[in-house]
Amino acid sequence: MSKFPEAPVVEPQPFSASRPDTGRRIAGGGAAVAIDGLRHSYGDLEVIARLDLAVRPREVVGVLGPSGCGKSTLLELIAGLQEPEAGAIAVGGERAPAGRLAGCAYMPQRDLLLPWLTAIDNAALALRNQGRGRDDARRLAAPLFGRFGLEGFERSRPRELSSGMRQCVAFLRTLLAAKPVLLLDEPFGALDAITRGEMQEWVAGALDFEPRTVVLVTHDVEEALYLCDRVLVLCARPARVVAELVTPAPRAAPRMAAVTSPEFSADRERALRALLEGAR
Amino acid sequence: MSRVLAPLGIVCTLVGAWELAARWDLLAGALNIEPFLIPAPSEIATALWEDRELLAADAWVTLGEVVLGFGLAAVAGVLFAVPLHLSRPLRQALYPLLVASQTVPIIVVAPILVVWFGFGIGPKLAIIALICFFPITVNTLDGLRSVDPDLAKMMRTLDASRWQLFRRVEAPTALPYFFSGAKIAVAVAVIGAVFGEWSGSDSGLGHLMLQASAQLLTARLFAAVVILSAFAIGLFWLLSALEHKVAWWGPRAT
Repeated sequence: MSKFPEAPVVEPQPFSASRPDTGRRIAGGGAAVAIDGLRHSYGDLEVIARLDLAVRPREVVGVLGPSGCGKSTLLELIAGLQEPEAGAIAVGGERAPAGRLAGCAYMPQRDLLLPWLTAIDNAALALRNQGRGRDDARRLAAPLFGRFGLEGFERSRPRELSSGMRQCVAFLRTLLAAKPVLLLDEPFGALDAITRGEMQEWVAGALDFEPRTVVLVTHDVEEALYLCDRVLVLCARPARVVAELVTPAPRAAPRMAAVTSPEFSADRERALRALLEGAR
Repeated sequence: MSRVLAPLGIVCTLVGAWELAARWDLLAGALNIEPFLIPAPSEIATALWEDRELLAADAWVTLGEVVLGFGLAAVAGVLFAVPLHLSRPLRQALYPLLVASQTVPIIVVAPILVVWFGFGIGPKLAIIALICFFPITVNTLDGLRSVDPDLAKMMRTLDASRWQLFRRVEAPTALPYFFSGAKIAVAVAVIGAVFGEWSGSDSGLGHLMLQASAQLLTARLFAAVVILSAFAIGLFWLLSALEHKVAWWGPRAT
């Protein structure tokens, strides 16, 4: 079923011995991401009312919610870029912000590729930050370009790539950080519907090949239901979970058949109803 | 091609109109002054050619001052902008001083600088650097601060240290901004050099202009102005070419 039958090239484990070994601790069992009684506000504005969530290792969890409901804040809190007002967050058992940061890679909605770097140097950014030389980093990134349909574009500049390909490079950059947890913030929100569908299929294949724990934030119901094992529906600010759906066949191929099946349609209806009720 | 032809056409039309007006004493008549005080472009060209040795000697002095003063300001501007960017208290403390430095009336201060530093190149460099420093520092600082906050967050989750964020993201983002400031600076650097030479000097185009003005050698005076303009345009063009080569991702590059 997978388009990528070979063994993973990037182990989701830290490269350097000096890093906290978050990856191994997650593989040892327990939740990859554990959120307990989370509450957060910006000043007087209550953003997240209450949230509990346990993401199993290699589980793909979708967070659906209306715009401005604190989804992006949730990702920043998980990543250790912010500290919650109340409650606890642990990534691979690490509660300290630095430990959470070490366990997460964050992919924003815009690709944010660096225009002065080639596609492969953009993808290998984390490897360079982790102290590898340029050639070393390129050598590690190159197999992923071949495997994920970007062969021949390694030396292209971001502006020479289509929006879909740019997003692919951005995803590879997140993957190559070799973090156990990927935080995707509406990763395909800026793409047109056709490219978005293609990208979802591409990411489904990539996750089959390189399984990771994923928290995917989106307001696209179809995207969440297709890509995720489990989908949480949040209500409008202050956010809390109003529905939880377990999808029957996540990341099934071909995508077209998967998203038009009766089960999928029923799930979509449930999710949409929950969203509508939560938005009120 | 039209990029060269359009400005060339405009310059030719203006110079032609000036030539005719000067030849027929229209300008002198309108201003009610002696015709020899208004040289025609052809006379300026003649002065450029006949006084070429005199002009060249002074032009070299001025060009040296401009390039050195500008170079000093570029280095100082970057050395100033980076700590100001990295430290918020430093920025809050020094930014007002930076702006205040531009309210110093150069023409008034220039003679004092000559008293302090003597007749040599010192006061000229100080004046040029004082003028050039501001646009370079402010632009570089703006560039460093223009980095997308999401990009900074992403870099942190990609294990970037503060230094790596600076080197891989902030510095390249700021580079085109630095060039914008440098191009503004290099154009005014020429004016700075002339001010410096007026305040006390025995060489340079500014010195030559003062002498030519006193002797009513207006053609020679304008010849010096033509050379100064050529310096400004040439240095600006050089910087643009360099920018195109090393900071091609800037907003102007497409």
